[in-house]
Amino acid sequence: MPLYHNDDQALLADTASQFMGEEGAIAKQLRHWRDKDCPDGFGHELWKQFAEMGFTGILVSEDDGGLGMGNVEAGIVLEQIGRNLTPSPFLSSAVLAATALGKGSADLRGRWLPGLLSGDSVFAVAVDEGPKHNPQKITTRAEKSGNGFRLNGAKSFVVQGASADMIVVAARTSGDDSDMDGLTLFAVPKDAAGLSQDAVRLVDSSMATHLKLDNVELDGDAVIGEVDGGREVLNAMLNAGRAGAAAEAVGVAGGSMDMTVDYLKQRKQFGRLIGEFQALQHRAAHLYSEVEIARAAVIKAQQLLDEGSEKAELMVAVAKAKAGIAAGLAVKEGVQMHGGIGMTDEYDIGLYMKRDRALSEFLGDANYHANRVAELSGY
Amino acid sequence: MANLEEFRAETRAWLEANCPPEMREPVRDDKDVYWGGRNGSFSSEAQGAWFDACVEKGYTVPAWPKEYGGAGLSPAEAKVLREEMARINARSPLHSFGIWMLGPALLQFGTEGQKKHFLNQIARGEIRWCQGYSEPGSGSDLVSLQTYGEDKGDHWVVNGQKIWTSYADKADWIFCLVRTDKEDKYRGITFMLYDMTTPGVSTKPIKLISGNSPFCETFFDDVKVPKSYGEDIPGFVGEINRGWDVAKYLLGHEREMISGAGNADRLTTIGAAMKRHTGELDPILRAQLAMFDVDALAFSAMGEKFLDEIKVGKAHPAQPNMMKYSGTELNKRRHELMMTAGGSRSLEWDSEVTRGGKPSREWLRTKANSIEGGTSEVMLNVIAKRILDLPGA
Repeated sequence: MPLYHNDDQALLADTASQFMGEEGAIAKQLRHWRDKDCPDGFGHELWKQFAEMGFTGILVSEDDGGLGMGNVEAGIVLEQIGRNLTPSPFLSSAVLAATALGKGSADLRGRWLPGLLSGDSVFAVAVDEGPKHNPQKITTRAEKSGNGFRLNGAKSFVVQGASADMIVVAARTSGDDSDMDGLTLFAVPKDAAGLSQDAVRLVDSSMATHLKLDNVELDGDAVIGEVDGGREVLNAMLNAGRAGAAAEAVGVAGGSMDMTVDYLKQRKQFGRLIGEFQALQHRAAHLYSEVEIARAAVIKAQQLLDEGSEKAELMVAVAKAKAGIAAGLAVKEGVQMHGGIGMTDEYDIGLYMKRDRALSEFLGDANYHANRVAELSGY
Repeated sequence: MANLEEFRAETRAWLEANCPPEMREPVRDDKDVYWGGRNGSFSSEAQGAWFDACVEKGYTVPAWPKEYGGAGLSPAEAKVLREEMARINARSPLHSFGIWMLGPALLQFGTEGQKKHFLNQIARGEIRWCQGYSEPGSGSDLVSLQTYGEDKGDHWVVNGQKIWTSYADKADWIFCLVRTDKEDKYRGITFMLYDMTTPGVSTKPIKLISGNSPFCETFFDDVKVPKSYGEDIPGFVGEINRGWDVAKYLLGHEREMISGAGNADRLTTIGAAMKRHTGELDPILRAQLAMFDVDALAFSAMGEKFLDEIKVGKAHPAQPNMMKYSGTELNKRRHELMMTAGGSRSLEWDSEVTRGGKPSREWLRTKANSIEGGTSEVMLNVIAKRILDLPGA
């Protein structure tokens, strides 16, 4: 498969670009909800529009009423989300949770997916238990209780947890904290007794929670996939989410770079456009190269995921790491090259820097994924 | 697609039958590479058999039309062949500046007579070419070149000096940029073709920091260059005084080649190999290797994307500059890390265990990657100007 978009994908990219550029624009969404101190951090009306556009069903199978597309298509929408810093539950709900639910029972899919397709429901995922992503170690416990399970533990960095109707929770049903086996994924409804959340606003104005599970009782039908076989579902979910986050990071990088290159063509100092200075030209050209390479890595990873290739996991780690590095460079160079105005809240470049920081941390930073690359390569 | 799978099966069978096992071993030194030419000789029977089989099949230049010695493969078929050769680690049957550089220029700018004559010679490895571009005073600023061809009617008399001429001492013919109009900087250069045995041509190898001498100084002292070698076979490519157009086109090809984009699927990770060679890895070196492997794998995806896009005209025309910049900087970093991982062993200059100081000589050789064919700094200038459209670059 060639590493560029086919005609259908190019059409989707145009549609998503236009939609996000208008409806998802920074002033209309990110600044609007931030300045209102919105407890969700995003607009439900926009989420309904996502559903009307079909975006929320991209990774839902046609049998379940979705579009049955792949990670490449989800990435196309996410790159535009990144470019416009559009706050939405797309990554958590339509990529992460949708991928997990796709591996769940017909009952489970029938219960939750219609709300995703209509834009009425929002989902979150609760995996991390400390300040750094480490899904190898899961200490949250789920013990057999009657026909179901009783969950105890704590989760952190649950993005949009307080807005979610359902939260996918990774818990241990057997074995030790760091065992690969013995995990189970649960679809936990927001109103489950014993579930509590402390919401925190993050640096990029998005919302996340610290979640507590205190003797949360769940029916057996809340299990996504097999009991004790959750690692497979978790990996599938995380890989889709990481590829998606990488695509969004490429969007953040591209948006930040374009804004910066435009600024180099407008700002005059010493009687010249600052873009005439070779010191800045070379840095901008290097940045361009890094962003292009990151975009290639992301498309490759998504194609491999969609093909079900054995190499997908390695390339997803490469993509998340490389996109994080490229986007990090793009926002840092962006603020520096904008000079003083780049430090002001009024100017958007700083918003890119904040989003990059949160996105880079989500589902593992560049160090985490470089380490994965080493492990998967055998060293 | 069904046809492509059929082609893959055929190709696999053909390679199985024709590529000797010895030709599936990694290239270890210079004698494992065949350059062809009047003085070319095979270092083994297997090398000769593999070369002959490829020539017969058109696989020294698979994507060239059959009438010029190629196999006439479509871009998709050529990709399949590349993948299948990579799968069994098949060596390239013929290394040649004729294939990589002059050939593409002739395909684009040559007359029918030139294509029939020169391209077939190249495909069969009969003539080994070298490239006369840089001069002592014209490196990055190539267009300022001074080697001058005085018009004498049916021929030119060329005087001047070239430098960094790769393997000029082993080459049969040269494609050479010669000034033919001193008044017009850009439209005063002609892309000439001539025999290195012509009286007045001499070469002198330059010893490099690697101890090897892949480059020469090449001198022209009243060299008589014919304007024609027969009917429809001009002694120059394109038009007289418009050689810069050809040179610019070719520089794109050269940058692609040096970037390693063409065999990006072979640009593999190094971390695992370094661990095998050295045992336990220092944790900080391991981290550096991991970060390198991230970049190497990402760049290999970029190489694949770039080639896919070139085939359908989606790549930005200046994108080869980005590939060259990123690919060469990456390769330099690769060899720095390999030297570090190898420790004192990799310092050995002529020991048997290092096969004559291969690690250190290769490490030093890579330093030229970001200089030859346009420095990294020039690449960044071109990206800034032609892709980012920055002012006054």
